[in-house]
Amino acid sequence: MTAVATPPELDLDPFADDVLRDPLPAHAALRDAGALVRLPRYDTFAVARYADVRALLSDWQSFESAAGVGLTNFRRETPWRPPSLLLEADPPAHDAPRTVLAGILGPRALRRLRADWAADADRLVEDLLAGGSVEVDAVPTLAEAFPLRVFPDAVGLGREGREHLLPYGDHAFNAFGPTDNPRVLAGNERMAEHAGWVGQQCLRENLSPVGFGADVWAAADRGDLTHAQAPLVVRSLLTAGVDTTVHGIGALLHALAVTPGAWEALRARPELVRVAFDEAVRWESPVQAFFRTAVRDVPVGDGVVPAGEKVLVFFAAANRDPRHWADPDRFDLTRDPSGHVGFGMGIHQCVGQHVARLEAESLLTALLARVTRLKLTGAPVRHLNNTLRAWESLPVRLTA
Amino acid sequence: MLPPMTAPAPARTADRHAVALRVADKTVVADGVVTLTLAHPDGGRLPDWTPGSHVDLVLPTGDTRQYSLCGDRRDAHHHRVGVLREPAGRGGSAWVHDELAVGDLVGVGGPRNAFPLRPAQRYLFVAGGIGITPLLTMVAAAGAQGIDWQLVYGGRTRASMAFLDELARYGDRVSVLPQDEVGLLPLRDLVDGLHPDTRVYACGPPPLLDALAGCGLPPHVLRTERFVAREQGAPVRDTPFTVVLDRTGTEVVVTPGVSVLEAVRSVGVDVLSSCREGTCGTCETAVLAGEPDHRDSLLDDADRAAGDCMYVCVSRSRGDRLVLDL
Repeated sequence: MTAVATPPELDLDPFADDVLRDPLPAHAALRDAGALVRLPRYDTFAVARYADVRALLSDWQSFESAAGVGLTNFRRETPWRPPSLLLEADPPAHDAPRTVLAGILGPRALRRLRADWAADADRLVEDLLAGGSVEVDAVPTLAEAFPLRVFPDAVGLGREGREHLLPYGDHAFNAFGPTDNPRVLAGNERMAEHAGWVGQQCLRENLSPVGFGADVWAAADRGDLTHAQAPLVVRSLLTAGVDTTVHGIGALLHALAVTPGAWEALRARPELVRVAFDEAVRWESPVQAFFRTAVRDVPVGDGVVPAGEKVLVFFAAANRDPRHWADPDRFDLTRDPSGHVGFGMGIHQCVGQHVARLEAESLLTALLARVTRLKLTGAPVRHLNNTLRAWESLPVRLTA
Repeated sequence: MLPPMTAPAPARTADRHAVALRVADKTVVADGVVTLTLAHPDGGRLPDWTPGSHVDLVLPTGDTRQYSLCGDRRDAHHHRVGVLREPAGRGGSAWVHDELAVGDLVGVGGPRNAFPLRPAQRYLFVAGGIGITPLLTMVAAAGAQGIDWQLVYGGRTRASMAFLDELARYGDRVSVLPQDEVGLLPLRDLVDGLHPDTRVYACGPPPLLDALAGCGLPPHVLRTERFVAREQGAPVRDTPFTVVLDRTGTEVVVTPGVSVLEAVRSVGVDVLSSCREGTCGTCETAVLAGEPDHRDSLLDDADRAAGDCMYVCVSRSRGDRLVLDL
């Protein structure tokens, strides 16, 4: 019989501005404190070591998502919107929506988009460099511009109102944090407007006849989903498919701009673009952490997460755990980043990861073809979000 | 050329490579039926699966046989299959019954799901004999979601019908109808009394499924799984066609009498396959251009119309050229 240890406590607020601005010391402290750590500030638990994060994410049988993957416990409190049929669901209810989206967003389906997206990225970069070398803010000009150019079209959204997408997603990811957090309170003010628009776009009549959205409705027509489920499955595309990719591309461009020799190495070996993106997702972890909820008393390390209690699972900390990665703080194009948990792990692993990879690959390939050097021209500025790691501004010089 | 996708989901890796699992338990559960409980030799988690999934057991000959998973998916450390001894079979079930023992290692591929449970307001499950195995996991899923369901379970004799003890807890949702006591399943009565929202999932011997298919239910209402290939007419064309392997640009001519799988293998491209009769789904291949002549027993009408995948062990081409994602 092993004695159950009381988990070490850390007085740290993962949703405080200073932690969000530079979470690396907090993540290191969490990893070093133990396999299972208690966060008294929010009366919750945390795991941050790679092995435990990965095991916990895989174990959907012990750690449910249906109680919400934010701080709010849906068993006791009312969620701010109807729960996601994917992110905030468990088997068996999770099976059908997941199967449908995995097909629609799978590598096979995406092949049809590859040539169009490559051409689109080429045009974007060509226009940008029409007058030769330029200094731009890479966040709006590249990281936001490209996904907003291709993804809403791929879903089949109308032209009007797309400006709601980023603020809606930003709020949804903030809302996984505490409900009285200043970012959540600020976001609440205009949320009815953004959520109303998003809800309207999920209806069949507002989606174009070709696209991921129409594919979801076609799945409902085939009986693979119910018609009542279809709009919420489309909503998952709009919530989880925009900000995440924007910040993933932002992370990639930042990493390439600040890592000496990386741009030149990629230009010499453009076949590494996919490795570069996944390494950036490991290094930066655009989605930093999600909660799970123990369905019974579950041992983690030498402690126990009691039934009904939440655990904050730090993807970001796992992705830089020196117990698993050699020289984890280094962005390294020679590394094999396979196994990173930046897209999560297990049955809830990001269903849109192939879309994200294709967007990043398309844009980066176009940039590599025309840009000889990528350098920061000023201090980048963080965009703070309770769940996402993001840049507000990345001033760069693109040398033609 | 771009490198292939990095970091595939773990389940896909499991699809492509059989792993050696240990037989943790072997139990006779009815006349001619044993269950095998399989576990990872190091005690680790096994791949996740959904109701209706099957695994491939690799026989000593290297051939594989498909068996539905019929255990509890909330137990991540064990997979359970039920195996009927089939005296007229090709020897796989006899090997499982007579040779395979607790403690042995056996190659296992998958899981894969060619018989997924779609959401519905109510379900009618129809099982014939060993066809109960995938439905066992479906009734559990329906129950867990509070969805109304009924199971009608037929078999030769009561003693030949597996899992009656496990089904007892569901009370009158389950009708156990042994043929020697009450005759054949009253399919016509069942279908005539069907609520329009009901979806029917059936698994069992071909005569049962054929009889159900003849009851006039639309394809979105009736879903079946058969482990015996459906009767197929002659191929659409009796002349050679060209298959283009998109990843390398290789072209290969497929002559009548040679399968696409054999043709592709002849130019050095390996596609994992198993049943060679279009029932297991192992050799699913994405179609990038051209129109397949589907000759499998897996795809439904909608899948066939989509034309974006095919089972290269049996399916062919309607036109002169077929471009595959290989």
